[in-house]
Amino acid sequence: MSVVTLEAPAKEKEKELLISGCAAIAQALRLASIDVVTAYPIRPYDTVMQAVAKLIANGELDAEYIVASSEHDQFEIVKHASAVGARTFCGSSGVGWMYAMEALAVTPALRLPLLALVGNRALDDPGAFGCEHNDALAVRDLGWMLTWVDTAQEALDTALICYRVAEDPRIFLPCAIGADGAFLTHSEALVKVPSQEQVDRFLPKYNRGDKQLHPDNPITVAPQANEDWVMEIRKQNDEAMRRAHDVIEEASRDYHRIFGRRGDNPFVETYMIEDAEIILFGQGTLSLPAKVGVRKLRERGHKVGFVRLKWLRPFPTQEVQEALVGAKAVGVIDRDYSFGAPNHGAVLYTEVRSALFDLAQRPAVVSFICGLGGREVTLDSVTEMSEVLLKVARTGRVDQPNYWIGVRG
Amino acid sequence: MATELTVLPTQNLIPFKGVKKVTTEEYFTSGHRTCQGCESALVMKLMAKAAGPRTVILGSTGCMYVANTTYYSTSWVVPWMHTQLGASGSAAVGTAAGLKALMRKGRIKEEPINVIAFCGDGGGADMGLSSISAALTYPEYNFLILMYDNESYANTDIQLSSMTPYGANTTFSPPGKARRLLHKRWKKNVAGMLAAGHPECRYVATVDASYALQMMNRVRKALSIGGPTFIHSLDPCPKGWDYDPMLSHELGELAVETGVWPLFEVENGVLSFYGKSKGIAHGAPRKPVREYLLKQGRFAHFTEEDIAYFQRKIDEMWEQWLLPGIAPFRLAGEIRKALAASEAEGNGHE
Repeated sequence: MSVVTLEAPAKEKEKELLISGCAAIAQALRLASIDVVTAYPIRPYDTVMQAVAKLIANGELDAEYIVASSEHDQFEIVKHASAVGARTFCGSSGVGWMYAMEALAVTPALRLPLLALVGNRALDDPGAFGCEHNDALAVRDLGWMLTWVDTAQEALDTALICYRVAEDPRIFLPCAIGADGAFLTHSEALVKVPSQEQVDRFLPKYNRGDKQLHPDNPITVAPQANEDWVMEIRKQNDEAMRRAHDVIEEASRDYHRIFGRRGDNPFVETYMIEDAEIILFGQGTLSLPAKVGVRKLRERGHKVGFVRLKWLRPFPTQEVQEALVGAKAVGVIDRDYSFGAPNHGAVLYTEVRSALFDLAQRPAVVSFICGLGGREVTLDSVTEMSEVLLKVARTGRVDQPNYWIGVRG
Repeated sequence: MATELTVLPTQNLIPFKGVKKVTTEEYFTSGHRTCQGCESALVMKLMAKAAGPRTVILGSTGCMYVANTTYYSTSWVVPWMHTQLGASGSAAVGTAAGLKALMRKGRIKEEPINVIAFCGDGGGADMGLSSISAALTYPEYNFLILMYDNESYANTDIQLSSMTPYGANTTFSPPGKARRLLHKRWKKNVAGMLAAGHPECRYVATVDASYALQMMNRVRKALSIGGPTFIHSLDPCPKGWDYDPMLSHELGELAVETGVWPLFEVENGVLSFYGKSKGIAHGAPRKPVREYLLKQGRFAHFTEEDIAYFQRKIDEMWEQWLLPGIAPFRLAGEIRKALAASEAEGNGHE
């Protein structure tokens, strides 16, 4: 691993490393002193497990490191380790995530705070290693908290925040981090790696309390409840997800304080939206071309802004409304598809449009499907989408609700 | 650097020396709603009794999940958790790994805790076979996987599994006017396959709860020997096999006496037959399979030809397999000759 160690600031013991998004998450796992981790290969998430394997081999991380025989095994193993009180980590990509789906689906109702990395990948066939968000989105409705990160730094920070939120007894829900395959999983950047002392101040030990499976606490977990009780149990899941918003806010605030990060809004990143007439909206690493495109359009006098969604579940309805309410037109960029959805838009579009519906005066919303299968979201794509939005803002009419951007034929 | 695995000690569960020495405490008790005559419920009771109180049990989807844990009336006295149909192996690994990590880090008291994951034949021999196979390759974790084999998906309405005997009537293989036998697959040889395929697994056994003491002592051995272990139990099922519930015990005995169900164990790499199977392996006569088959409604449509075919297959297992119940092949002539020559020269093992 190419590692550059720069001089650390005197008062902090954090260090700066040149590492990939996956390696940054591995650093978070070391600092979180995870207990059980299960690996199974699939690109691109698996570089995190390669980094974990090195930490284990070098004695930098003390955890049960289990190479499993399938993604289903991977997630079932950590599920049961979590039930006895172990802090766990797991992950997958693309169809691997789908292979684990049964285990993923049952975990939220068990109230097990698993943390998973989804290195976003297209669901091949046809074969494609590249980034697409449909893999992680498959758990959108199931009770998993779901966040997307943009940089290696954010990946490390978010992993620690996720453990704190997921293991909070008010929540006890699993959490998945979406990281764009290749663009983030494999790209190296300078990352501030906090000190153990800082992390220990921020992240308490996982304590399952009276839900821990142990001979001293002989409980029966996940019995047959059927129509007598399943609806109440689902409602408890819903209430935990509702509480998650404030717990994420609380944990992010503490994180920023203890680790000296900027106190950004934990749910949305806003870029040049103050006077924006049109706003592009998306998640993950497409923020880079989007921001550059916004600057270039601003140079040409267009009032353009960009909003990046950080948490999809729980969906920050109010924050999204506040960020977008002032615009005339919003373009939602989906790195996913939802064939046959309203207006033939995709997932984010449908979510954002729904979130804006209750506003007395709401912006027009246009759907852009872009960057599928690992195709790059280019500056030209950003310009093309912005021009559509400028026309909508000018005319006040959405002639065509959905566009596929950067696609041949 | 040492390559030794850190293996936690196990509970030293010495065999019960006779029925009167069996503990009276129950760890699987009232509160379940299994069918009258359910042998699998007996297997659960004996398994939990054999394991004792410092035990965590994981149960994969199936009869012994659905019937035993109706919310508010669990029959489990020891901690119990459901696992998915194909996940008994993973559940055992995850539970054992979690406990081990927490003990090493001083978060829970260090002590040997039995981990048992059970599955039915559908969960074990069909969907979960890969997970069980994987589990048996982690020598650093102590656990037992017990497969209770009632020879069908009995909880979902008696559909055939890969463990359903040849020709049996199930809701997925009803005898009809055009086809008398819809199911012509021969039952998988799971214990043998797992014993042969996992050289580091220290204990694999078949059991039959009609011989309760033998069965419990094999559970105790599996939990004491260390590392991952596997037990395959044949469980007569009044609903699925279609017989009077009072015959469960008798059918369990007949399965062994007819040679349909060989009782064996592979302990630290050494194979031995036990109970009545020991005599059969040494040439004692077997009862005709007809006695076993005709007590069960699921074979009521069998013709004499079908019964004869079934008998031939059982004869073949005992008379022609390299290892009855384990290795369904014979040695080629030249290998036999070479082995005989080697033995004659005194180079044979033992």
